[in-house]
Amino acid sequence: MKNVVGVLALQGDVSEHRVILERLGAATREVRLPKDLVEIDRLIIPGGESTTIGKLLVMYELLEPIKRLSKKGMPLWGTCAGAILMAKHVADGRPGQPTLALMDITARRNAFGRQLDSFVADIAVPAVGKKTLSVAFIRAPLFENPGKGVDVLATLPNGDIVAARQGNLLITSFHPEITGETAIHKYFLSL
Amino acid sequence: MAEKKPSKSTFTVKSGLARMLKGGVIMDVVTVEHAKIAEDAGAVAVMALERVPSDIRKQGGVARMSDPKLIKQIMKAVTIPVMAKARIGHFVEAQILEAIGVDYIDESEVLTPADEEHHISKHNFNVPFVCGCRNLGEALRRINEGAAMIRTKGEAGTGNVVEAVRQTHAVFREIKQLSEMNDSQIKKAAKEMRIPYELAKQVAREGKLPVVNFSAGGIATPADAALMMQIGVEGVFVGSGIFKSQNPAKRAKAIVEATTHFNNPDIIAKVSEGLGEPMTGLDVRSMPEAERMASRGI
Repeated sequence: MKNVVGVLALQGDVSEHRVILERLGAATREVRLPKDLVEIDRLIIPGGESTTIGKLLVMYELLEPIKRLSKKGMPLWGTCAGAILMAKHVADGRPGQPTLALMDITARRNAFGRQLDSFVADIAVPAVGKKTLSVAFIRAPLFENPGKGVDVLATLPNGDIVAARQGNLLITSFHPEITGETAIHKYFLSL
Repeated sequence: MAEKKPSKSTFTVKSGLARMLKGGVIMDVVTVEHAKIAEDAGAVAVMALERVPSDIRKQGGVARMSDPKLIKQIMKAVTIPVMAKARIGHFVEAQILEAIGVDYIDESEVLTPADEEHHISKHNFNVPFVCGCRNLGEALRRINEGAAMIRTKGEAGTGNVVEAVRQTHAVFREIKQLSEMNDSQIKKAAKEMRIPYELAKQVAREGKLPVVNFSAGGIATPADAALMMQIGVEGVFVGSGIFKSQNPAKRAKAIVEATTHFNNPDIIAKVSEGLGEPMTGLDVRSMPEAERMASRGI
């Protein structure tokens, strides 16, 4: 059993995820090329720009291998841009923006607006623990139309979906790694 | 289910966006067309401005904030973050940029400074700021004023990476020196840098800046971008280097790839092939002091 967590390192807040994972005692590896996938048994797609990461996923032939591994059951977690890349449908994206399109849900890009509308909030994610988590929403997406088999893990007070899971797939529109919250990383390691 | 009111425009929120840009390339664009080319090439953000630095250099005169109309058109044309430049100390230009809703303001030495003594009090703004530096003192003074992201100044519009290299080494060297100091030495260094002791102490303890650190000013090739990444910055700004070259779309994409794969010489070699002519470079050594943008706003 290798038990190594890969963090997709094409672009984005890779080191923030690695710091938390390592604090939890997990071994990590940055994934930039298909050969890096051989050495991992779960993968985080970090925050960043989904258009940039999507393009590089295609150019460096990572898109199909990651899809294959996740269909075989490899746990995959996308934060913010990563979640956009994992959703089957993207609203308000760039036309033709390449994505992994794995999870039966729609991600609406920049759903809150521009950077001036970014925020930090305390949210409850009962599946990962009782304590509320202080997390950052940075030009964040929202999730809509969850399909059958998708569990909603967290919502905002108005009911907007900000975290969901479908089997081995986990998405959060926010960043627990920016505020140093470890509960969701712990949960992801248990998938 | 939220327990308390969400907080906007805190340091975490402001510096958080810069964290999302890491490992990426921020490109200067002067038209909607450029902005689309940049987004298609994989830019993580664009810097909307009227003239790229090499044209500002050539044409002279006073360089100001761009027309808000142009910035708004670019904001509409792309889905990635849009940054725009305000003159050093020109807090009204910054107010205008905040009013139209840009994602980041660059208080930039590339424009003609509006205040020779003061920078903008960036804590007063909800929008985050990035500022240039040549050394640790400049970086920490800007952070103390509220900057949520730092970049080296390099020497903009020259296509010559030498100043960015010098300044980046200076920042890292001075951080290392600070982290080897005892408390009374840190106090003295903080006084010399004109920053609070607590900020100097934090940098000494953590061995790095408290905000994301990019490189700018003179990056013209994929190799230049990878060089800055290997030296240790977290991403790059490319100004004149892309749209003043022979084949902007191809060069832009190559610089994006080289920034991601900065430690992979095979990939950098491959993307460096057949890019056409880079922008014409300037020798910084023969440049009179008055023409150097990096010595503005220290």
